[in-house]
Amino acid sequence: MTGSRKLLLFGGLALAAFGMLYGLQYALFVEHQTLDQMGTSLARSFAAAASRDMVQSQTALDQYGETKYDYVRQVDCHSHWIGLAMLMIVLGAIFDRVHLSERNRQLIAFSLLAGSAIFPLAVILQTYHHGALLFKGLAVVGSGLVIAALVATAWGFARVARTA
Amino acid sequence: MAEILTPFRQSPLTPGAGFAAMSARRVYIFGGILLVAAGLLFGDIFAVFTLHQNAGRQGEALMAACQAVAAGNPTAVNDLFAHLGDLLEDRGTKVDAHVHMIDAGYLALLLALVQPYVALSSPTKKKMAVLFVAGGILFPVGIFLIHYVGLAHSPFSVIGWASILADSAGALLIIILVAHALGFWTYLRTRELADPELPQDDSMPRRALLTGGTILILLGFLHGAYYAGALLYEHEQMETGILQRMVRASAQGNLEAAAAEVKNFGNLAGARAVNLAAHSHIIEFGLLAMLLSFVQPLVFLSEKWKRRWVKVLLGGSVILPVFVLLELRFGLLAGGIADIGGLMVLVSLLGMLVGILRYSGGLDIRQGAVREGAR
Repeated sequence: MTGSRKLLLFGGLALAAFGMLYGLQYALFVEHQTLDQMGTSLARSFAAAASRDMVQSQTALDQYGETKYDYVRQVDCHSHWIGLAMLMIVLGAIFDRVHLSERNRQLIAFSLLAGSAIFPLAVILQTYHHGALLFKGLAVVGSGLVIAALVATAWGFARVARTA
Repeated sequence: MAEILTPFRQSPLTPGAGFAAMSARRVYIFGGILLVAAGLLFGDIFAVFTLHQNAGRQGEALMAACQAVAAGNPTAVNDLFAHLGDLLEDRGTKVDAHVHMIDAGYLALLLALVQPYVALSSPTKKKMAVLFVAGGILFPVGIFLIHYVGLAHSPFSVIGWASILADSAGALLIIILVAHALGFWTYLRTRELADPELPQDDSMPRRALLTGGTILILLGFLHGAYYAGALLYEHEQMETGILQRMVRASAQGNLEAAAAEVKNFGNLAGARAVNLAAHSHIIEFGLLAMLLSFVQPLVFLSEKWKRRWVKVLLGGSVILPVFVLLELRFGLLAGGIADIGGLMVLVSLLGMLVGILRYSGGLDIRQGAVREGAR
């Protein structure tokens, strides 16, 4: 088995297990409480408005916005880790069909692994520092690595198809 | 006998190699395809009979909350939000059940693929395969039941028995995945294949599924990057803004303005939902196409039919996400066409499953005949 395939298969399995463990701990210890908090904040905002307490209404609405910001990113991060890991495992099984040199294939595999780990991680870090440019940039770099790796892989497959 | 042997002469796979009756690979392939097919069917049923009706009821509940705010009745507001939460849970658990069932199917197909590189004994792998498929069924079933079981008889304050079932099934899948990773680690040290690899043939259906699948995933990623970069933050700000205006208008007794904001809120939720659905579906179908490329040598159908199913699958994989996006402009008409796209993927999946059943049936008969001959 080539180094690029090993990197994709083992990296993919490890990332999938990590993503699932992260999802499990989130579902067990955070998700239900977060959903409860989101619903409560929104209800409190409307209830405060019904009592004509617009300051408390606005505070509760802000809290709802912040909780939802975190919730969306936490769920996205978990599903992207697992999804990208599955893609890596699939590609790991057929990477010899990417008609490029092994050195380039290793570069693509590394780019895919790094991007698949960094992109969701950067998204999750945004929940600790809302709107931090560093983490936004890191997410862009991570997704860029995945997209570049996919373009190169498609190119490698197409070269095989052309010469077949 | 000659007729039975025909498929194996067409296929480069050694008869029975790694695909013996009730072997781990066979359990993963059948279980995986069935889980994906059941998840797709559930998704189609949910989209047709629940999704839009649920969105309508959410809008009604939100409007009623606005009226309660205008009437200065906080108790009614809290009751209405409890109802709204119930509607959101109803929708969310159904979406999650659909997604997790399909994902468990993908993982099963993936594990079928990596079996040669997992250095564990055949009985252990077979037991794990059965447990994985059982977990893959119980996981979405548990999620689906969360809304209906709630916290009844639960020893915990926020987690009900259905959640416990879903989380336990999820933990089972993780344990099996970790065991596979350990088996792979052992393989890397011994370098001995546990099962024969699936054949590396270069047929048109296989190439089309591989190339088409990669392109679908790439398109999905580009769409996701565009959405995250250009629309996600804008949508988040829009949501807060709409809610602020909705609350203010309701408190001022301006129900006409509040109703307009409820409509805006529904439109925004729709815009987010279709973008996310298009993004996730095109990537999932791309992955499915790539996974199905591996099992093509096991599909005992004529080349013409194999090509047909591949075309139907790739066609449906494009139609569904594109028309989901077009729902914003063309409404239910586009939604109906998207559902047909989902159905096309489902039908092609079942068509391929029939081919694999024919292959495995032929294989079992042949192996039975060989055993009879030996006696």
